[in-house]
Amino acid sequence: MNLFKNINFDKLKDGLSKTRDKIVTKINETITGKAKLDEELLEEIEEILITSDIGFDVASKVIENTRVRLRVEKDRSKLNVIDAIKEELEKLLNSYDTNSEFNRMDKFKPYVILVIGVNGAGKTTTIGKLAHNYKQAGLNVIIGSADTFRAAANEQLEVWAKRAGVEIIQSTTGSDPSAVAFDTMNIAKKKNADVVLIDTAGRLHTKSNLMEELKKIKKVMSKVVDYAPNETFLVLDGNTGQNALIQAEKFREVTDITGLIITKLDGTAKGGVVFQICSQQKVPVKYIGVGEGIDDLQTFDAQSFVSALFSSDGVQQQG
Amino acid sequence: MFEDLTYKLETALKKISGQGRLTENNISDSLREIRRVLLDADVNYKVAKKFIDDVTAKAIGREVLNSITPGQQITKIIYDELTALMGNSQSEIKLSGSAPSVILMVGLQGSGKTTFSAKLAKSLKSKNRKVLLVADDIYRPAAIEQLKQLGQQISVPVFSADHKDAVRIAKDAISYAKENGLDTLIIDTAGRLHVDEDMMQEVSAIKQNVNPSETLFVVDSMTGQDAVNSAKAFHDKVNFDGIVLTKLDGDTRGGCALSIRAVVDKPIKFISLGEKLDSMEPFYPERMASRILGKGDIVSLVEKAQEQFDEVEAQELEERLRENKFDFEDFLKQIKMIKKMGSLKSIIGMIPGIGSQIKNADIDDKQLLRVEAIIQSMTRQERSSPKILNGGRRKRIARGSGTSIQEVNRLIKQFQEMQRMMKMLNSSSSGGRKNPFAALKNFRIN
Repeated sequence: MNLFKNINFDKLKDGLSKTRDKIVTKINETITGKAKLDEELLEEIEEILITSDIGFDVASKVIENTRVRLRVEKDRSKLNVIDAIKEELEKLLNSYDTNSEFNRMDKFKPYVILVIGVNGAGKTTTIGKLAHNYKQAGLNVIIGSADTFRAAANEQLEVWAKRAGVEIIQSTTGSDPSAVAFDTMNIAKKKNADVVLIDTAGRLHTKSNLMEELKKIKKVMSKVVDYAPNETFLVLDGNTGQNALIQAEKFREVTDITGLIITKLDGTAKGGVVFQICSQQKVPVKYIGVGEGIDDLQTFDAQSFVSALFSSDGVQQQG
Repeated sequence: MFEDLTYKLETALKKISGQGRLTENNISDSLREIRRVLLDADVNYKVAKKFIDDVTAKAIGREVLNSITPGQQITKIIYDELTALMGNSQSEIKLSGSAPSVILMVGLQGSGKTTFSAKLAKSLKSKNRKVLLVADDIYRPAAIEQLKQLGQQISVPVFSADHKDAVRIAKDAISYAKENGLDTLIIDTAGRLHVDEDMMQEVSAIKQNVNPSETLFVVDSMTGQDAVNSAKAFHDKVNFDGIVLTKLDGDTRGGCALSIRAVVDKPIKFISLGEKLDSMEPFYPERMASRILGKGDIVSLVEKAQEQFDEVEAQELEERLRENKFDFEDFLKQIKMIKKMGSLKSIIGMIPGIGSQIKNADIDDKQLLRVEAIIQSMTRQERSSPKILNGGRRKRIARGSGTSIQEVNRLIKQFQEMQRMMKMLNSSSSGGRKNPFAALKNFRIN
């Protein structure tokens, strides 16, 4: 099954254009006309990387690796420097299972996806987009509204369910989120649904009682379907700085995370935190959010992502 | 991470102890480390650079004071500079003389505008303002419904409309407020990206039409390097009067506070911590400086404790302590309270000066669990009168809690020790309540 036929690399490029424009013009300006790779140049590149939220450690590592590499390299032209950095960055993203959940969906019915994250990251919007995509792929989707805490969270998800044309199991504010997850699983089983998406309340990773609640939701889900959840997606706001790393770490302590979804990459935020989390947490990025429309979710592809960051003359359409 | 940074900074600073004067050379390592601390706290690259240059200029040539280490001295200079940069805050918001006063909330998506609007409404209402919340986010699904529900929770009316004209809604809300004798409007606008020209145009039009006495830019304290770009764009477009930092109840170091202060010269007026509608506070620059530098935050620790603190229960406990009635039941309650605050390591990490020392210490939260299990294996009678705990009972408790008799014995012994101490304190203070120093009479150094 090949999902996301709608993937449009122009859109990915648009979404990242601010990032790319900034990095590329800067790197181009920086490198053009310089035959030699000097320390000042590397410092400028460091600035570009750090202002992209890549983080001090990863930036230093990438620069160091590039420096070592170019020491034996005769060609220190602009293109070669960019290539070297690109390669280093891709390495950080590439080493993990980036297999799409679509390859596994045939084997499980229902295929269960739990969506978690801190407040305001964009979980509900992302679920709307995911539901739409699965529906478009011809799958029968059920959403469970297990954010029973935030005012009108259920209503918000209801609007998205309607837009995507999928069923939603609703909840009332203050009810037990585990109970909602439990009901959703049962109904999905009875109705023979292909995919179950469970929305959860935003929770800061420092609130231990809420993190415990998450464990409970997970446990209850596995009572209905013993393998559930198949996926746990952690949604991260692309604007988030270094705290995203701790978020990923803390959420992983209570539940396995199978993928990251980085949202709000249609602004000037660079989403550079992706590199850090992937290399340190060994968790793959699965999707990126590039807008508020129902189509604005893109499958994450390391090569395209890095290319879109660095290529000023367009992203190569992939086959 | 927290402990780690404090530790590194202290290590770098240690190198220059014993040197008489701060020079460019002997502080360069520390400055590098401080730069890293700032960047890891999400202070913008350029802002961090400029900040460190300024601090260096101030630090170089200074005599190292005898009373403190050079490391402490640099930390102090940096801390003071940081505080000064974020300071001169006047957290009062302006409410215009001619009623009604309008407060406009702006910011990116998911920064926490709607929740904060409700918090602010609640706070103003308690100051006898007649508040109207205006649901002007016509884009996000159920945003209006969210504000309505929040308004209901705090008994503040919410103005909304069915159409999609945000400017008209804001204007109509003012007329509505006038007709209904309401003196303060809080307009909750849609979250928008600063690069979205149409949306930025809209918020600017709202501002022009309602002429707010206060425009607040709401920003997620976890924001990274890009905070400078969004803050500047919003500032250029709507010229906000103050900043609200949200989600500070997490463990973000909040370096964006410094970045934003550096690019727009506007005060941080409030911080928002938590989803409860009374969890907002004025901004304290010193506390933020500590936080950014990764030093312990004793105030947060106290707050965390207070969050779990039940005043009635505390009073009862005090009563019981005074009457020497503290038993295993009370002990269990205390343990539960501590557990709610998070892991022991994270709690201890917040104590200034200790953070770096426990870097590698293995603090076992399971110990608490064992104590809990032991107490829970006691009968109610045993908990309230531990004296009856004979050998047979102890054996049973050990079995029931999956621990050993030695562990049960140890706990009981510690508990008796605690009771004895409390008794001593009580007897020394009883009768001497008028003179708090009376108790000291009983403490003698032999």
